[in-house]
Amino acid sequence: MADNGVNKGRRRFLVGATTVVGAVGAVGVAVPFVASWQPSARARAAGAPVRADISKLEAGQRMTVEWRGRPIWVINRTPEMLERTLGIESERLADPDSSVPQQPAYASSELRSIRPEIGVLIGICTHLGCSPLYRPEPEAAVTDNWPGGFFCPCHGSYFDLAGRVFVNVPAPTNLEVPPYRFEGDDIIVGEDEEAA
Amino acid sequence: MGNPNKAKAESGFMRWIDDRFPATQMVQEHLTQYYAPKNFNFFYIFGVLAMVVLVNQILTGVWLTMSYNPSAEGAFASVEYIMRDVEFGWLIRYMHSTGATAFFAVIYLHMFRALMYGSYKAPRELIWIFGMAIYLALMAEAFMGYLLPWGQMSYWGAQVIISLFSAIPVIGGDLTQWIRGDFLISGITLNRFFALHVVALPIVILALVVLHIIALHEVGSNNPDGVNIKAKKDETGKPLDGIPFHPYYTVKDLVGIAIFLFVFAVVIFYFPEGGGYFLEKPNFEPANPLVTPDHIAPVWYFTPFYAILRAITFSLFGLDAKFLGVLFMGGAIAVLFVLPWLDRSPVLSIRYKGWMSKVALAVFAISFIILGILGALPTTAARTVVAQICTALYFAFFLLMPIYTKLEKTKPVPERVTG
Repeated sequence: MADNGVNKGRRRFLVGATTVVGAVGAVGVAVPFVASWQPSARARAAGAPVRADISKLEAGQRMTVEWRGRPIWVINRTPEMLERTLGIESERLADPDSSVPQQPAYASSELRSIRPEIGVLIGICTHLGCSPLYRPEPEAAVTDNWPGGFFCPCHGSYFDLAGRVFVNVPAPTNLEVPPYRFEGDDIIVGEDEEAA
Repeated sequence: MGNPNKAKAESGFMRWIDDRFPATQMVQEHLTQYYAPKNFNFFYIFGVLAMVVLVNQILTGVWLTMSYNPSAEGAFASVEYIMRDVEFGWLIRYMHSTGATAFFAVIYLHMFRALMYGSYKAPRELIWIFGMAIYLALMAEAFMGYLLPWGQMSYWGAQVIISLFSAIPVIGGDLTQWIRGDFLISGITLNRFFALHVVALPIVILALVVLHIIALHEVGSNNPDGVNIKAKKDETGKPLDGIPFHPYYTVKDLVGIAIFLFVFAVVIFYFPEGGGYFLEKPNFEPANPLVTPDHIAPVWYFTPFYAILRAITFSLFGLDAKFLGVLFMGGAIAVLFVLPWLDRSPVLSIRYKGWMSKVALAVFAISFIILGILGALPTTAARTVVAQICTALYFAFFLLMPIYTKLEKTKPVPERVTG
């Protein structure tokens, strides 16, 4: 085709510029569609941190709060319970030092908690998601020399009072510790300590 | 306007149509003057059967939508309602659920046919790629459809598969939350899967099927000999070894369809649950986010890839086993897309390839079946080793293909098709 006075450079520039502006527009239109898949305000509200008063939680007792559809255990561990837990020989535990990140960094101590006495755990067995039973007293004798802990009736996994899994059970990892922080008498589950 | 040589009816109503829409032209191009090789065998029925099943899925799917309730509270009950109270609801649902199984059965045989006769090789690479895209879309469609009954296996199967994305470093956690639209699989996830299953993906699949067939009719069908029938034509320009698709293959296909429908009906009426492989037993309990079933297995058509995922129990190159498993599973599907460029053989059909290709294809098919069996079973140490061997063989078939297809001695290909 002859040029017929067509300014090809200008035509190319206009086509290029139109394409770029159109592409920017297409990306802009995609934003609401992609963002629409994020959890909605209602889902976020339902998954918001939960607050519970723990001032009435007696020593040795456990309370359960629900967060994001899962049971969260808060245990007030007695000095004897702590002593028994710290006294477990490390070869009996699969991950005594909590090297698998099943807990926030601020709860990676041996007792897997911010305050030694208050243990906070997600009450779902890491094997196949059953909720284990609370067996705090040595008399429960889940194993020989039972230090107190949790026993999962589904497939027989057991954990100590810090949620650490014993060896030779089906569960692969320690129980999960949710993000949490304290505020006065209350515990807030679902919010990190630093975020306060 | 357009091609002045377009075929048109002489007169009458069809002429009126043809002046406005290329009806006669299209019928000739795609049916009465579309020449297919005359030596098609048993394996050439599965493309047509896939179309039949697609129609079945769309028809029964639309009817199921009329009684189904896509909410976490109502989904399970509405499926029971369809099964018990809706007139013939049980039949329509079993046609749909059995149709899913039938779809994958015919697609796997259709793909195996392509592997045997080299139907993915030039000039049919795009047919193969469109076909693989259909397969991928079909897997997404089946996965999302399986969540809709909101049973225990629906829920936990989706949980396992969506969790796969969490293995992706850095963005994994946010990505899974974006897919779910919630902090756990909930009614929100169910609703979006419903929208994708009944609206978005069917449109994509239909569009891909159109592309698949346009590409096929552009280059023509391959055949068990891998001979190009367009190379030998008579004086009128029609291939000597070709016969018009209509009426020859339409009539032949009707026989195949009838036989297929016999088998299909037997499953629907006598084994609709397929012994727990088509509809799994835990799925007769409503979804419960707090209790996991003892044994989670995908439906049979996903088990080979699930077995590959679970076979990766070791870390490599600083990637942990979970992420590596996801990469291998994705790779097992991705490698199929580049198959046309892995095969360096000068011949198309397995009939004229050397012994190495024949052994490789047999070993590949057996490995795929063993992986499929293993993926449905709980893992043990021994089964994991077998799955690892089969995974290695699966990938060896593809990755060694450029070598063995080049090394081996091929047989001479005849000029014309061989009956």
